[in-house]
Amino acid sequence: MSAVAALGRLRAAATGYAQPAATVRHRHLSDRPVVFVPYAMSGEAFAPLAALVGDDPAAPHLLIVPQPRDRDRRFGHVADLAAVLLPYLTEWLAKTETIERKNDDPYERAVDAPQIVVPSPAGIEYVRLLGRSTRFRRTDGEYAVDPDVPLLGRWCTYLAERARTPGSSLLLAMTDLLARTWATGQSDLENGELAALLGWIDPDPGRTGAETAREAEGAAPAGPATDPKFDERLAPMIAAYDHAQRADDPRAGARAEERIRDALGGELMPTWHRMWRGLELLRELPVGASVAGRWEIDRMSYSLFSADLAKPDSRPQPRTPGAVAAAQQLVRRETAQARLEAEQLRDDPLLMAEARLAGQAFRGDIVAVEADRMVTEPGKKQARPRPLLVLRTSDEPLMTLDTELECVERPKAKAKLVAVAESAQGGTLDVRLELTGGMGRGKTPEEGSVPETGELLTWTTAAPGFRGGPKWPEPEETPWTHGGPPDPDGGRPEGAAEDDDDPGAEEPWS
Amino acid sequence: MGTTDSRLGQLRGSLPARNHNARTVAALAANPGCARRGVMDAAGIDKTALATRLGHPVQYGQSPFAIVRGHAFEAQVKADGGAQLRALLHEALGVPESAVAEGAYEELGGEIPEPETEPGAETEPGAEAEPGADPETEPTAAAREPKRLGREQRVTLTRRALHRVLDEARSDTCAILDHPLLPLDVAGTRAYLEPDAMACLVAGRLHVVEIKSFSVLDGGADPGKLASAARQAAVYVLALQDLAADLGFGRDVVSTDVVLVCARDFSNQPTAALLDIRKELAVTRRRLTRLARIDDLLADLPAGLTFDPVDAEDQGDAGPAAVRQAVGSVPAAYVPDCLSACELAYFCRSEARACEGGHGSGGLVGTLGTGIRGVLGGIDDIGRALDLADGACAPAHGEEEIARVLRRAAALRREVLEAAR
Repeated sequence: MSAVAALGRLRAAATGYAQPAATVRHRHLSDRPVVFVPYAMSGEAFAPLAALVGDDPAAPHLLIVPQPRDRDRRFGHVADLAAVLLPYLTEWLAKTETIERKNDDPYERAVDAPQIVVPSPAGIEYVRLLGRSTRFRRTDGEYAVDPDVPLLGRWCTYLAERARTPGSSLLLAMTDLLARTWATGQSDLENGELAALLGWIDPDPGRTGAETAREAEGAAPAGPATDPKFDERLAPMIAAYDHAQRADDPRAGARAEERIRDALGGELMPTWHRMWRGLELLRELPVGASVAGRWEIDRMSYSLFSADLAKPDSRPQPRTPGAVAAAQQLVRRETAQARLEAEQLRDDPLLMAEARLAGQAFRGDIVAVEADRMVTEPGKKQARPRPLLVLRTSDEPLMTLDTELECVERPKAKAKLVAVAESAQGGTLDVRLELTGGMGRGKTPEEGSVPETGELLTWTTAAPGFRGGPKWPEPEETPWTHGGPPDPDGGRPEGAAEDDDDPGAEEPWS
Repeated sequence: MGTTDSRLGQLRGSLPARNHNARTVAALAANPGCARRGVMDAAGIDKTALATRLGHPVQYGQSPFAIVRGHAFEAQVKADGGAQLRALLHEALGVPESAVAEGAYEELGGEIPEPETEPGAETEPGAEAEPGADPETEPTAAAREPKRLGREQRVTLTRRALHRVLDEARSDTCAILDHPLLPLDVAGTRAYLEPDAMACLVAGRLHVVEIKSFSVLDGGADPGKLASAARQAAVYVLALQDLAADLGFGRDVVSTDVVLVCARDFSNQPTAALLDIRKELAVTRRRLTRLARIDDLLADLPAGLTFDPVDAEDQGDAGPAAVRQAVGSVPAAYVPDCLSACELAYFCRSEARACEGGHGSGGLVGTLGTGIRGVLGGIDDIGRALDLADGACAPAHGEEEIARVLRRAAALRREVLEAAR
């Protein structure tokens, strides 16, 4: 953590109110996101208990499972969820644009894409488990499920995987969004609970954020884990439901189910409202300049996944990716991470302040320009324009000479560090830069491409290029160091259909 | 001053007594610098009751659904003399089936766990630290349940069983000891550990078996739950090694490979894996040795201190203020991780947040997490750190550099936030 960020948290603790941790919003927010607040039964690997879901703050769908250990009710719940989510996830494919690609066929890209917001990273994990537990389900035979169930499973798997790509915004966690934007006077652990986090940011009238957050600690959790005290209330209701089922008393069963529904709805509703309040607060911030570019990649990813899903030979995502696929995925994520960090830094002066404090960037006025300087570089015949700039800064750049630099205010400009010296004015430094790029191809710099005296500029170390990764072998050519080619007789070649665990072993509790 | 025991008794007053278990010992390893916790645990104070008196009742518990699932899973694995367990041992340890098929199954718990008579007795669903409903808690008074064997009796039973089993160790038998009670010396006092697990003698070596109902999905488990299981298992292994050494066998008769039994994927079918806990074992052993002896902790406390002032003053309810003062006289080392490991955490947090060093409000830096402490170079008062950043106070000797960084950081923040407004 940087001292700049640390001060925000200290100030929040001292004043009782959240402080800015960013000056812009770094994630895309859809005009019409779907909010999804799930609850799972405690102690089970994955047993949905309830969910509030929908795109209308005033009209959430409340879906509940009166007996989560009942296999049929469990998959029935997923089918209900699919009825809400699948139309939303696919409607964006109706409006597309044709995108040309280098070395590849053109493809259709959706002009906008769906966005699902869950309360916390645990909610994203819930989506992943939802996908894992349903995408291999059979739609025929003894344990058949609704065809929408495995389909939603594949969507959920895709969304949860996509959420692991840094900067992607198809599936977002509210606590991440808020904690990225505001610093609170509590620890990361406590920030993980939406009610307390939002309490700091959006205090009740007449109370400080700290007070609101403390009171919110007794509130119903944002899930998917439930409050054990609530479970104690719920257990007899579920027992009553079971009793009615055994006694074959549909009226008593319906009554019991209604009571369970009321209890769960009451527990989930406060989180539902907090989710929409959080979105409202985030929308008040200006959006980062590079957010649209990252959303474009999300739209591409979404469109390509949908196209793959529509193919007749499309198969559910494997349990564990093969070696080649895993390596590709890793490189994609590393690239996305580097790109995200570089872009956020340039979008947000508060993050740039951290880089300036660390000596990785500096900001100041241009005090002198030698615009017509020409240099013949070694090995070159022609002299090229290499203007010299002198920038006066109170920052303390810690960079080696010849470091390549980029400018926030003039994104095209490239320069390298020539010298750093104490300035005539006490307490500041004069940084000499040689402009090396962004001036056009001519013998003289293009009009307006050389900064002028008096300009206030921020320079930072050049971001690494985002070129494609190395060439990957085909899965059949996986080297022995990585397990060798997938065994065609092993029954689990990459991407192939797989039978799930013996379904008979699946239902111990009913 | 009195003996250690009488001083601890005085501290406790009429508060109900509790004892260490594997989870509290594992938690001690997490925050060994906390004198408050050390004293409380040594005195066997029921921190749940104390937290309520302090006005910060513990907010967590254990879900009845998780308890039911934990019971059912454990019972299933142990059923029929451990039939499933034997198959799992064969699979996990890679020994021939014949080596685990036969052997005694000894129940050492003194009673078969029945959820109705003792709720939560053997449950460990998942590994969430939930001190509020600690399943390993000993009953406050053994006399209340006359049928239940006393702790020392159970330790004797365990010793005898262990001696017999190790004496008769043969490569073709697999003896299973269910619910052994293991003594462990913690900070000068004896703690009793009851593995929800078992000790199994396979091919002449003892393996601790932990049964957890969390699931292993596609070969991977939740790292938090796994780490917690490993820490607890390490405490059992340590206690079992001590006991084996005490009986005249080598410590290495106890394997440091623990057999972890979990549910597989989304089913309730058990699956087993070996967990190498050497690292956790070394950490636990080191921390226990280093843990300041309880006498040293007691020496620093005011004479006559008690956490139960009602009893001490014999004048009715002394009120939470007196209790707060008494608890406050023992220094704590609050960090946010305490919230999931110690019943007093909410009290300690409010105390740390209210702490003022003459530099304005904010409390202690530690309340914001351990990461931020590194940034502040040893300044632990939030008000003072802010005063240094704002140039409102002079840095002490040795603080010049961090004060300079803070001042620059504050100037940068001001510049950026004023421009953004």
